Amino acid sequence: MNPAITLDWTAICPVDRLEPDRGVAALVDGVQVALFRTADGLFAIDNRDPVSGAYVLSRGIVGSRGGVPTVASPLHKQVYDLRTGHCLDLPGVAVARHDARCRDGLVEVRLRQEG
Amino acid sequence: MSGDLVVIGNGMVGQRFVDALRARDPRGRWRVTVLGEERRAAYDRVRLSAFFDGVSEDDLNLHTPHDGVRLRLGEPATAIDRDRRVVTTAVGEYPYDALVLATGSYAFVPPVPGTELPGVFVYRTLDDLTAIRAYARGRRAGAVIGGGLLGLEAANALRLLGLSTDVVEFAPRLMPVQVDQAGGAMLRRYVEELGVRTHLGVATTAIRSGPDGAVAALELSDGSTVDAELVVVAAGIRPRDELARSAGLPVGPRGGVLVDEACRSADERIWAVGECAAVDGTCHGLVAPGYATAEVVADRLVGGAATFPGADTATKLKLLGVDVASFGDAHGTTEGCLDVTFTDPATRVYAKLVLSDDAHTLLGGVLVGDASAYPTLRASVGGPLPAAPLALLAPDGGGADAGALPATAQVCSCNAVTRGDVDAAIADGCADVAALKACTRAGTSCGSCVPMLKQLLDAAGVAQSSALCEHFDVSRRELFEIVRVRGIRTFSRLVAEHGRGRGCDICKPVVASILASLGGGHVLDGEQASLQDTNDHFLANLQRDGSYSVVPRIPGGEITPEKLIVIGEVARDFQLYTKITGGQRIDLFGARVEQLPQIWRRLVDAGFESGHAYGKALRTVKSCVGETWCRYGVQDSVGLAVALELRYRGLRAPHKLKSAVSGCARECAEARSKDFGIIATENGWNLYVGGNGGFRPRHADLFATDLSTEMLITLIDRFLIYYIRTADRLQRTAGWIEALDGGLDHLRAVIVDDSLGLCADLDAAMARHVESYSDEWRDVLEDPDRLRRYTSFVNAPDVPDPSITFALERGQRVPARGDTPAEGHRRQPVALGLPEVRR
Ligand code: SRM
Ligand SMILES: Cc1cc2nc3c(=O)[nH]c(=O)nc-3n(C[C@H](O)[C@H](O)[C@H](O)COP(=O)(O)OP(=O)(O)OC[C@H]3O[C@@H](n4cnc5c(N)ncnc54)[C@H](O)[C@@H]3O)c2cc1C
Ligand code: SF4
Ligand code: FES
Repeated sequence: MNPAITLDWTAICPVDRLEPDRGVAALVDGVQVALFRTADGLFAIDNRDPVSGAYVLSRGIVGSRGGVPTVASPLHKQVYDLRTGHCLDLPGVAVARHDARCRDGLVEVRLRQEG
Repeated sequence: MSGDLVVIGNGMVGQRFVDALRARDPRGRWRVTVLGEERRAAYDRVRLSAFFDGVSEDDLNLHTPHDGVRLRLGEPATAIDRDRRVVTTAVGEYPYDALVLATGSYAFVPPVPGTELPGVFVYRTLDDLTAIRAYARGRRAGAVIGGGLLGLEAANALRLLGLSTDVVEFAPRLMPVQVDQAGGAMLRRYVEELGVRTHLGVATTAIRSGPDGAVAALELSDGSTVDAELVVVAAGIRPRDELARSAGLPVGPRGGVLVDEACRSADERIWAVGECAAVDGTCHGLVAPGYATAEVVADRLVGGAATFPGADTATKLKLLGVDVASFGDAHGTTEGCLDVTFTDPATRVYAKLVLSDDAHTLLGGVLVGDASAYPTLRASVGGPLPAAPLALLAPDGGGADAGALPATAQVCSCNAVTRGDVDAAIADGCADVAALKACTRAGTSCGSCVPMLKQLLDAAGVAQSSALCEHFDVSRRELFEIVRVRGIRTFSRLVAEHGRGRGCDICKPVVASILASLGGGHVLDGEQASLQDTNDHFLANLQRDGSYSVVPRIPGGEITPEKLIVIGEVARDFQLYTKITGGQRIDLFGARVEQLPQIWRRLVDAGFESGHAYGKALRTVKSCVGETWCRYGVQDSVGLAVALELRYRGLRAPHKLKSAVSGCARECAEARSKDFGIIATENGWNLYVGGNGGFRPRHADLFATDLSTEMLITLIDRFLIYYIRTADRLQRTAGWIEALDGGLDHLRAVIVDDSLGLCADLDAAMARHVESYSDEWRDVLEDPDRLRRYTSFVNAPDVPDPSITFALERGQRVPARGDTPAEGHRRQPVALGLPEVRR
């Protein structure tokens, strides 16, 4: 999948549509994004699990490791840092992260080019 | 000493040598070049066969990169010029100040006509195994020449690949080097029972080809023939000393680079380690003595004076699921020695101890069928017996206690670690097995000493952490009590009051399961929803491509034609891949998230309920047809299975629960492989508990006999609730019972004799479960809030996930492989080891 890169914010949904500590998938310019609402704020990363190739990261369990907000892939449980997209279990593995914010009760996402 | 060091061979020992040298030469005075013939860096050849059990290449990797070490793979050394001190390869020349040969062995192929035919393989490298696997596809008959350790491993591999398997061994018994005649006979019974045919005391005289020019049969010296479309030759190994020979270095009487006790050859700049080294004339075909040579040479190269300590030839293996161990003077060759043997044809255990003539000193032994005493026995060789011989040998005799070992006893033979070393490491602060591994290397090779390491930690009084994860310092069992006694109903309160951080994929599902076991309402309500694993979160099983499977409950495996038709119609309309499961029900695969409610609406309307295939909960109660139809049946096994499945459906537990009911002792329902299994008798029911299939199969133990249906149900109720309250995370009943202090007797005391006064409480807890059960899927369908989760994209609910695509296989839809990474990549990082890393 080769995403078109936008620099604009895309409105996704009302913020209360996101359950705390749980993810949803969203489609932003053809890119599948996993969106999370946690006590540390909103996070957006690619929905694609880089290890399995399946689009499932939005369905992982959210938590923390040593203070870092994380999500665990639901397929084989590798844990990712929600802030950077880096995999904390496999050196060198990462998912792209994107920008997410809340404006007037709406969640917005902006795709990022770098991983 | 310093300069250029060239190592030829990057196998197990070559790698260990480099690790050992780097550890001793931290400032890198030796510049190291390693030449490896194989295209892969060092891997664990000892565990090579695990490749056929799905262990990935990556998991076998032994290579660690070091600064100042250059690794040239796929570049075999072709010559050594001792005058100029250079090693030549096809690509270039490498000057050396010191040269270490670590070229290992090659598989010996006897001079029999036909060994060059397509379909004939050896069993030494990962490439060999990959080629065997590819060639086995679509073929039926396999054979192995050689019935030793390697031959039996190869036989198991062929079996796992689905080939019929014959083993031809020239000696009169299997594993002639390690076991004696009686042990070999016991081993043969196990092996043949697995469907492997053995031909002992015969030689292969020729390998014959078929019309296609590929191998088709073996001809044996007794005139018989064996069909074989694939042949593995495992007739022994020979040291790879060809480079040394051409360079004019002396070799041992049976080959191998002749070296002294410092592992130095006749040329003072050339050393040899591992299987290619003939230390004082003898080659050792095991990894432990090889590692010892690596340590010796590393020490010498930094100016030390280490010498080869002699070889421990002890071996313990699990071959085709059978424990086989042999250690010390296994064949009783010491003058005047005594044998103590123990044979139990019923449990098929054979054991022999070889003792000194005064019966005081253990010299060696052979164990077949049960090798649990091996670590202690091996460590006691050369010293007094740690207990009376019979207590040591009888299965579960429990006589083997590591705490009684002397400090000099070798605990880990792979890495030459003594009890003294382990105790010292514990005194230095090692508090768990992982720390001991890192500190002493014990337990890092074959792993058979790990149980002893635990015992030694225990003996030293080191409390081993039972913390669930970084967020909770307590075990699941303690957490259960906290939640129950304090009446805590949310994760956020629990972690705030009794833990730290925000939880993770380990503690959250555990807490979700505890709350559910304690009757916390629907698993998707409120905060509970955020704790669930994806399977519980969508009430369906996640598949590799991100789609889900649907398993409706079919209690006892009994189903009406009308319901079967509904399943068929639903599967057809949603184009779901359909399969009969191993649990006597039907699994429908390939549903997208947003289709799950539509599918379940149809199923619920037809009277189906959730089958909880996604949950750590009761799965199925399998049944045999029983007395209703079967001419042998003595009770209504289907009726009981249905009743039990309906009683325990929805019950959440530390791990999944399975059950089965058989209508007579013929046991067609396989009840003894279940967490709780029931077998009908003339007078009622026999209850078995703690059975398991899966990764570590275990037969259930007989718990009580000739029970009335009422008593049976009472005992199962208590058994289940007691298990749910006290087991560890992901501990099935089998492991729970094994870990239970006092074992089965304790369990009987608690749930039959009420020794803890718990029974009324346990009964009440089960009554609450039965009463509060309601079908999770029906509840979801009735609730718009819960239904909202089942969308593909929160901002585009009408767009189905474009990454889920299908191909057609045997007339059904299966995941298309196009968008997933290549096979090689996907295999690679699968988290086989990861859960362990965090434990
Ligand atoms: C569908 C089925 C295979 C089949 O096509 O026949 C199956 C499929 C799965 N099994 Fe199984 N097992 C199935 C029968 C079995 C059996 C046989 C039986 O139950 O009689 C066993 C051995 C018996 C036992 O469990 O003691 C079995 C031992 C396992 C294990 C190993 C458990 C262990 O204690 O070692 C796992 C892994 C686990 O649960 O952690 C597992 C896990 C799984 C999972 C859940 C893996 C996963 O997490 O995705 C598979 C998902 C099914 C799905 O997506 O719907 N499955 N699995 C069978 C479903 C039975 C059912 O109707 O519910
Ligand atoms: C299936 C199997 C099961 C086994 N099970 C056990 C067990 O349970 N317990 C046990 O103790 N042992 C076991 N062994 C034996 C164990 O694997 C060996 O003792 C160990 O691997 C020896 O290590 P090594 O480095 O000497 O040789 P190897 O591991 O064979 O490594 C030698 C390396 O040198 C390379 N090489 C050779 N010539 C050259 C050259 N000219 N230039 C460059 N490179 C070269 C080879 O390609 C090879 O990669 C088993 C072996 C096999 C095959
Ligand atoms: S277990 Fe007994 S009753 Fe059940 S089918 Fe087998 S023989 Fe018949
Ligand atoms: S005995 Fe093999 S790792 Fe310890």
